[in-house]
Amino acid sequence: MTTTSTASTGPPAPAARRASPGRAPGRAERRLAGRQLHGGPLTYAVLALFTAGSLFPLVWTAVTASRDNTRLARTPPPFWFGGRLARNLGTAWTDAHMGLALGNTLLVAGTVALGTVLFSTVAGFAFAKLRFRFRDALLLLTVGTMMVPPQLSVVPLFMVVAGLGWTDQLQSVVLPTLVSAFGVFFMRQYLVEALPTELIEAARVDGANSLRVLWHIVLPVARPAMAVLGMLSFVQAWNDFFWPIIALTQENPTVQVALTGLGRGYVPDQAVVMAGALLGTLPLLLAFTLFGRQIVGGIMQGAVKG
Amino acid sequence: MTATAEAPGEAPRETPRKTTAPPHGSDGRARGPRAWRSRLCRWDVRYSPYAFVAPFFVFFAAFGVFPLLYTGWASLHRVDLATPDRMEWAGLHNYARLLDDDFFWNALGNTFTIGVLSTVPQLLMALGLAHLLHYRLRAASFWRVALLTPYATSVAAATLVFVLLYGRDYGMVNWLLGAAGAGPVDWQSGRWTSQLAVSSIVIWRWTGYNALIYLAAMQAVPDELYESAALDGASRWQQFRHVTVPGLRPTILFTVVVSTIGATQLFGEPLLFGGAGGQKGGAAHQFQTLGLYLYEQGWYDFHLGRASAVAWTMFLILLLIGAANALAARRLGKSR
Repeated sequence: MTTTSTASTGPPAPAARRASPGRAPGRAERRLAGRQLHGGPLTYAVLALFTAGSLFPLVWTAVTASRDNTRLARTPPPFWFGGRLARNLGTAWTDAHMGLALGNTLLVAGTVALGTVLFSTVAGFAFAKLRFRFRDALLLLTVGTMMVPPQLSVVPLFMVVAGLGWTDQLQSVVLPTLVSAFGVFFMRQYLVEALPTELIEAARVDGANSLRVLWHIVLPVARPAMAVLGMLSFVQAWNDFFWPIIALTQENPTVQVALTGLGRGYVPDQAVVMAGALLGTLPLLLAFTLFGRQIVGGIMQGAVKG
Repeated sequence: MTATAEAPGEAPRETPRKTTAPPHGSDGRARGPRAWRSRLCRWDVRYSPYAFVAPFFVFFAAFGVFPLLYTGWASLHRVDLATPDRMEWAGLHNYARLLDDDFFWNALGNTFTIGVLSTVPQLLMALGLAHLLHYRLRAASFWRVALLTPYATSVAAATLVFVLLYGRDYGMVNWLLGAAGAGPVDWQSGRWTSQLAVSSIVIWRWTGYNALIYLAAMQAVPDELYESAALDGASRWQQFRHVTVPGLRPTILFTVVVSTIGATQLFGEPLLFGGAGGQKGGAAHQFQTLGLYLYEQGWYDFHLGRASAVAWTMFLILLLIGAANALAARRLGKSR
């Protein structure tokens, strides 16, 4: 990059001279240049304001979940925690099927994340590094349908699920989301750059077949991207809404289905409703406090590549 | 592994290339097991890519492509929710009914206005936030993770708490308005107020996510551009305006498209904001989106054929968005 710019701007000598003694001034220039500036107090103030806005609804979910229904029907609204959190959580756990829903969702989201990572890594590797007929056309098809919303396929899916008698069974929500076009594209973009083609060729020369290449060379390289994709798929599957609402009922719900039941008047107690919302969100919040940096990194990485 | 011990190394290396066919043919006749192995290897190289993409495409075809196309077929039929296996040919009747239905046009309009109300402020705020996050900050990852937290909150959980915040009698928003001297607002019943409220849920959930995407793009803008702009005496605002924004243009286009698609399919927020009769999108359908209209047609009025017609109308809209995007991208490419 620097070589091209010096070549185009003029003779290399002055440019080189400017570069070598100019280390200190160079940094000063850069500080002038906006992006390396330290954030001022105003920056922090605005960020703090938006952070408060981002976190407040979550905190308030916990506040209202710890109160009782009569307190919620009074002004001013409560600002601090009450003493009924455990009782409301217990009621939501049993009466609103949140316990069952959490177990179901863990199973569904876990399976979907595993399946997505597995299928996406294998297919992404083939798209990134192997040559076969129709490769580019198939990739284009995959990318082209990446953004097709679930509404467009929900009627046939419902007809199939109803025909098989799968209503209310978890496989009806797992199977349609088990693979993801985004996942394949994500892994492909990662492996195109991260996986050296020479490494594969060398392994082939040593007589490794494709499965061994996949296991010993691709998987170790792909692991960071697989972890990120796994987390993103898990979050997405956990929060999947439209299709589960149609395929499942309150008899055997996922978290989102159970919360919808709560929101539509299944349980009249507002504090219990909020306790349910809290229960349904806590596992992901926990994951966010543990893996937040990785998830942020994954989203930013996907953004640049995509 | 065993191949390394036996094969002299030349044969496997040659196999992927096209020129190998003649030598192998003659070679293979002569010595059986080695030829078999090299043929296996050739098959492996040729066919294993298909084996690798096959599992994905089996599921993708069954649950992605087939339903999409079959929705179009179903939209030309009368299909009752109670007997989804019986389809009766109806031609374009479902579409005709759709265009005749005031509630369809209402839902289309609502989807558009809620889309604008949620997308425009969301992306503008995200751009500003990304600019701030791009400074050198203390606890940089804390701010990023904190701003992304709403993304981890599900539509359902988020909407439930916003319903409470926007409550008419005891909601916090109205209490704050009252403290500021303004009268209480019945957020749910008004057209604009309800649409604003629904949009605010979308904005809350997605602003941080988009800010991170912009931030990633900003980090990819080369430093030299800022340096030369600074040397030319550009102020920070001018740098933002003339270096950052042009560098971000493809990303901005990308987020506009993604947000527009998201807005077209908006469903969970208005459904739960509406409470018990949520599929109507309010008593006067004041915040019924196309997604809700589809759901109501199919699962409350039992017309799966009509629901399919709504779905394909949405598909058409998405295609239009895609075409507009391609056009904009091409113009962008030209202007560079």
